[in-house]
Amino acid sequence: MDGNGVTDEKNGDQATILINARLLDPESGRDEEGGLLIEAGRIADLGPHLRRNAPEGARVVDCAGHLVAPGLIDMQVSIGEPGEEHRETLATASRAAAAGGVTTMICMPNTDPVMDDVALVDFMMRRARDTAIVHVLPMAALTHGLEGREMSEIGLLKAAGAIAFSNGQTSISNAGVMRRLLTYTRDFDALIVHHTEDTDLTGGGVMNEGEVSARLGLPGAPAAAESIMLERDVRLVELTGGRYHAAQISCARSLAVVREARLAGTAITCGTSINHLTLNENDVRPYRTFFKIRPPLRPETDRAAMVEGLAEGLIDVIVSGHDPQDVEVKRQPFEEAGDGAIGLETLLAAALRLYHCGDVGLAKLLQAMTFNPAKLLGLEAGRLAEGAPADIIVVDLDTPWVVDKAELRSRSKNTPFDEARMQGRVLRTFVAGQEVYAYGDRNFV
Amino acid sequence: MSTIEKRSEFYFPHRHLLSTEGLSPAEISGLLDLAEDAARQSLQVDKKTDTLRGRTQINLFFEDSTRTQSSFELAGKRLGADVMNMAVKASSINKGETLVDTAMTLNAMRPDILVVRHHAAGAVELLAQKVDCSVINAGDGSHQHPTQALLDALTIRRNKGRVEGLTVAICGDVRHSRVARSNISLLSTLGANLRIVAPSTLLPPAAENLGVEVRNNMREGLDGADVVMMLRLQFERMAGTFVPSTREYFHFFGLDREKLKYAKPDALIMHPGPMNRGVEIQSSVADDPRSVIREQVEMGVAVRMAVLSALARHLPNH
Repeated sequence: MDGNGVTDEKNGDQATILINARLLDPESGRDEEGGLLIEAGRIADLGPHLRRNAPEGARVVDCAGHLVAPGLIDMQVSIGEPGEEHRETLATASRAAAAGGVTTMICMPNTDPVMDDVALVDFMMRRARDTAIVHVLPMAALTHGLEGREMSEIGLLKAAGAIAFSNGQTSISNAGVMRRLLTYTRDFDALIVHHTEDTDLTGGGVMNEGEVSARLGLPGAPAAAESIMLERDVRLVELTGGRYHAAQISCARSLAVVREARLAGTAITCGTSINHLTLNENDVRPYRTFFKIRPPLRPETDRAAMVEGLAEGLIDVIVSGHDPQDVEVKRQPFEEAGDGAIGLETLLAAALRLYHCGDVGLAKLLQAMTFNPAKLLGLEAGRLAEGAPADIIVVDLDTPWVVDKAELRSRSKNTPFDEARMQGRVLRTFVAGQEVYAYGDRNFV
Repeated sequence: MSTIEKRSEFYFPHRHLLSTEGLSPAEISGLLDLAEDAARQSLQVDKKTDTLRGRTQINLFFEDSTRTQSSFELAGKRLGADVMNMAVKASSINKGETLVDTAMTLNAMRPDILVVRHHAAGAVELLAQKVDCSVINAGDGSHQHPTQALLDALTIRRNKGRVEGLTVAICGDVRHSRVARSNISLLSTLGANLRIVAPSTLLPPAAENLGVEVRNNMREGLDGADVVMMLRLQFERMAGTFVPSTREYFHFFGLDREKLKYAKPDALIMHPGPMNRGVEIQSSVADDPRSVIREQVEMGVAVRMAVLSALARHLPNH
């Protein structure tokens, strides 16, 4: 973690100052030229007065006018550790995250064994402390074995460090179980992050149901499978008052459900994945399994609606949906191939497409990946403010580059953005004041 | 008399035949002309030429098939190729080898043409990306079955003298049918008016966007049709129930003498086989003089000979 000739011991104490920067804080809306001082892992000071002034003894990083923003908080990351380390480990995922500007990964509970036990949460956190270079916070299983039947030990798991509760990529199909979960978690102020899919309706669908699936001869899954489950959940939240976040919505109809719920005063939040904001079902042709994800990519009209929903503030969170799959799982006929796409390293660059084409303002875009998830999860990070953790990224918004999957740090290479043209990339990443990534610096390769 | 070789002016600019989508009218007509020659060749006492002499054709069938596999085998043999049928059930596929590894293994045996049927849509295309030889799609899931559409077009052309301007009603389980998908794109490329007729549960999603008329009853569906193409109910691809019973299905959508009256008096009756007599077609209708179901089988061999020889024109000579 030492990219600049400073020894590790010293680096911990030494102050770092980022000068000549464009400071953008999604919480306060601050967007101005200035500098930012990091001391003891936290933001000690920031503002225009530090634009060219560095305190004595501090390590000076000249940002050359580039953007300085809070590090990203990715609310949906799947990692193969424990159980499937050939796909990804905490170490490899965290290096990909650092290079992508993600300073906090929220990990999904669909590990092997399933993250439904206090000892496993403890293992995960210790393992992350020892091997990962960004923050790792586990999301624990909502039900035993993710089977959707028996509640896991919500209170104990939360006390052990579980940041939220999820049933992985499966929905709680039994409304009675979901109702009890929403009621019980309320007592612990625990957040439920739910995958919304009526699997009876999805049937054997492997992509979005519509003209493209008809032409490809692939079984389709209707978008209604998602919004029906979301609608049910809204009714249950009305009934129970539990804290509820829809993990990934992907279609216009679901957005309408969220809008109606908000208008009725039901406090639900929702996220979407970067894939659903930047790709559509046509990308699947001809049978490209790297574009096989859940929920499936939707028509362009739905993608456009997602972008509008984000700009409007109806969508609170953008996730990468990072889900590493090895080649053998993907190099199959489409119907038989596995779901999932990696995304930690391309999350920000892909999101910047929405900024560059003028669809979503920069502050709004960053908010959905920093402050909003922080607020939902009760984290101090996700903001540029005095005293906040120094999880910070320096971003060049403009330089074009081309994604080459061979260069990605993730152990699996199943990116839907291979050979994609991007504009803007992360130059430096700091986690708790430590520099964990610098673009072009061999120490961080 | 090796007439199939005489049409040396016909150039087929594709390495594989994976789909009927993207074929031009001229390419289709060229293949059909070749097939006419092949049909004549099959009527000779000596049915064999050496068009494909020295070439190796492997039939790789991951799904059970009687007629298509034997049709391809016969077509290859009549053109002088060495034909091998891969018995997939007894092969390493069942030992956990992936499709791509199977493709690589076969490729190393240096075949010239692979004929592939697979139960998953897109599987044949995936395989084609991994091998050096020409690949013919003999059916992939619910996606495509291009030689079936070609033989249907040939049968129609021989009986009606043209395809353009005819009204073709494709009836039955369109949703699960690769035959329907192949025919929709091929016959509309040739200028036919396509109609699909099925209960809504057996229509593909967004059917109206496929460039066809959609009808939910046989009276409207068959009205004035020149060709009535029946499809088999594909129980093996159905997850769950799509129609309440075969009895009800036959009552509303099975082709019997009554419903056939809606079509033109000289309408052709077609079926890609194998037929479920009494489910989608009445037995006596299947054997009606207007039925060309057996001619379809005959044209199957001819069309496959045409496709094999068209693709062989691009095979490297050494």
